[in-house]
Amino acid sequence: MELLVPEIGLVIFQTIAFLLLMFVLAKFAWKPVLAAIKQREHDIDEALNKAELAKQEMVRLAAQNEESMKEARAERDLILKEAKALKDSIVNEAKSQAQTEGAKLIEKAKIEIENQKKAALAELKDQVSTLSIDIAERVLRNQLTDKAKQQDLVAGLLKDVELN
Amino acid sequence: MITGSIAAIGAGLAAIGAGMGIGKIGSSAMEGIARQPEAASKIQTAMLIAAAFVEAVALFAVVVALV
Amino acid sequence: MDCSHVFDFKVNRLIVVFTLFLALFSVTPSLYAQEDTLKTTSAAHAEPEAEKKFNIGKFALHHVADSHSWHVIGDYYIGLPVILYTQVGFVTFNSGDFLHDDEAKVVVERYGQRFVKMHEKIYYASATANEHGQYADLDEAHHVKNARPLDISITKNTCTLLLSIVVILAVFLKVANSYKKNAGKSPKGIQSWIEPIIIFVRDDIAKPNLGHKYERFMPYLLTVFFFIWFNNMLGLVPFLPGGANLTGNTAVTVVLALLTLILTVTNGNKYYWRHIFAPDVPWWLYIVLVPVEIIGIFTKPIALAIRLFANITAGHILGLALIGLVFVFNSIYVAPVSIAFALFINVIELLVAFIQAFIFTILSALFIGMAIEEHH
Repeated sequence: MELLVPEIGLVIFQTIAFLLLMFVLAKFAWKPVLAAIKQREHDIDEALNKAELAKQEMVRLAAQNEESMKEARAERDLILKEAKALKDSIVNEAKSQAQTEGAKLIEKAKIEIENQKKAALAELKDQVSTLSIDIAERVLRNQLTDKAKQQDLVAGLLKDVELN
Repeated sequence: MITGSIAAIGAGLAAIGAGMGIGKIGSSAMEGIARQPEAASKIQTAMLIAAAFVEAVALFAVVVALV
Repeated sequence: MDCSHVFDFKVNRLIVVFTLFLALFSVTPSLYAQEDTLKTTSAAHAEPEAEKKFNIGKFALHHVADSHSWHVIGDYYIGLPVILYTQVGFVTFNSGDFLHDDEAKVVVERYGQRFVKMHEKIYYASATANEHGQYADLDEAHHVKNARPLDISITKNTCTLLLSIVVILAVFLKVANSYKKNAGKSPKGIQSWIEPIIIFVRDDIAKPNLGHKYERFMPYLLTVFFFIWFNNMLGLVPFLPGGANLTGNTAVTVVLALLTLILTVTNGNKYYWRHIFAPDVPWWLYIVLVPVEIIGIFTKPIALAIRLFANITAGHILGLALIGLVFVFNSIYVAPVSIAFALFINVIELLVAFIQAFIFTILSALFIGMAIEEHH
């Protein structure tokens, strides 16, 4: 029974001490501590949210990068293709031009050769005629004595000339 | 001396009752946790509160025995 | 760096504790002077006491009760100041003046008033001694019939109360300070021990029971939790700074429960009062229900107070009884067994110290939460 009855002295001390403790702690401990914990939780949440946002941004940027890389690659391919086509066309043109040029030159050369040949032939004919006149003169000088023989000779010469 | 003994018997009876009660609470809580392990902390809190109530009855008996 | 502030803190705490101790010793200058008188008195009573059997119940109940002096070791006691409010005003003297008598045999006279102490309670002394040499009138059940002055002495429990408050203030002001010092950073040292518990009180006790209005009650809940927990653990320390059964004292638990009651009643909203005075039942049931509900307002905190008191006192009695077995059997060979059991009980009590603080706080939160709950 004695254990159960609260002693008035301790009741007074406990009330005063506990209320004092509560007010001191509430003002100087719980308030700053709870505020700090709350603030920190808020900060952590915010930081996590920010990290999540940054991650999304990263993913977006990576995708964008990939996209632009792809585009650039495609563009490069296109440019290369175009350049190749251009090169081919240039080469082809040059080739055909060279061919025609060559053909023209050959044609020219042929004509020249023909002309030269003709001139040579004409000169040859000229020379042959001069030579034949020379020969004929000489033969005539030598063999005009013998009429028959002369006749034969001339005929023979003429025959030869006609062969050409 | 006799009154003391009777009080002790009363306290003992209360202890039996409270023991059975707390045992029941504990077994039910364990079953609950086994069924829903994810609710373990909530079940534990509820179990402690229920056990405290049962225990209070036994302690009242002890206090009455002390008186 | 990190260790140094912990060390600083420990030094501060030690200084605080030692100052308190020195203060205690300074109020007992007559400690050694009393020693020989004490010995002569105990020698005079030595023979009948040796015949007396060791009463384990009395031993345990004596140790869980409050005391006007603090037993150190052997025959050494620290006398604590006695403060009495009598018909002629305040009277103060050292409890050592009773020469550690607890049977109303030594009379202390101050300002023309005579006091005796019996079973750690101070009474006005009777004019003459009875046949046992006691200056008190006893009834058949050995209860003292003498009048009592208003006793607001600094008892063992009051000392523990002050000590625990000093310790709590030292710890939590330090923690609050370290929150200021490394604001926004992770907790360090003692801060990282306390913080999870504060968060536990907030998230597991306050928030589920009090809803969104929990912040108003956090100071009370946190203070009550740490006060009970620290004092429960201090009570488990068997030697000088601890050992007092503060949270196992009804004065303390009743005050705490009363604060819960006041918080519940002052914060109760109209739904709470309607539930008590005008519940949704046929009117003729009011005759039964309203008184029951009104009684219910008071039984809840009473149960709260008794629960804490009985749990902690039972733990102390259990430990003492197990140690007392050595003296019951009067044999040293019982000691290992009883010490092993006592150790086991002490470990359990360490858990109980936390659980009881938790239960008291969560039930307080529950009762307050029931009173402030909004119904739609």
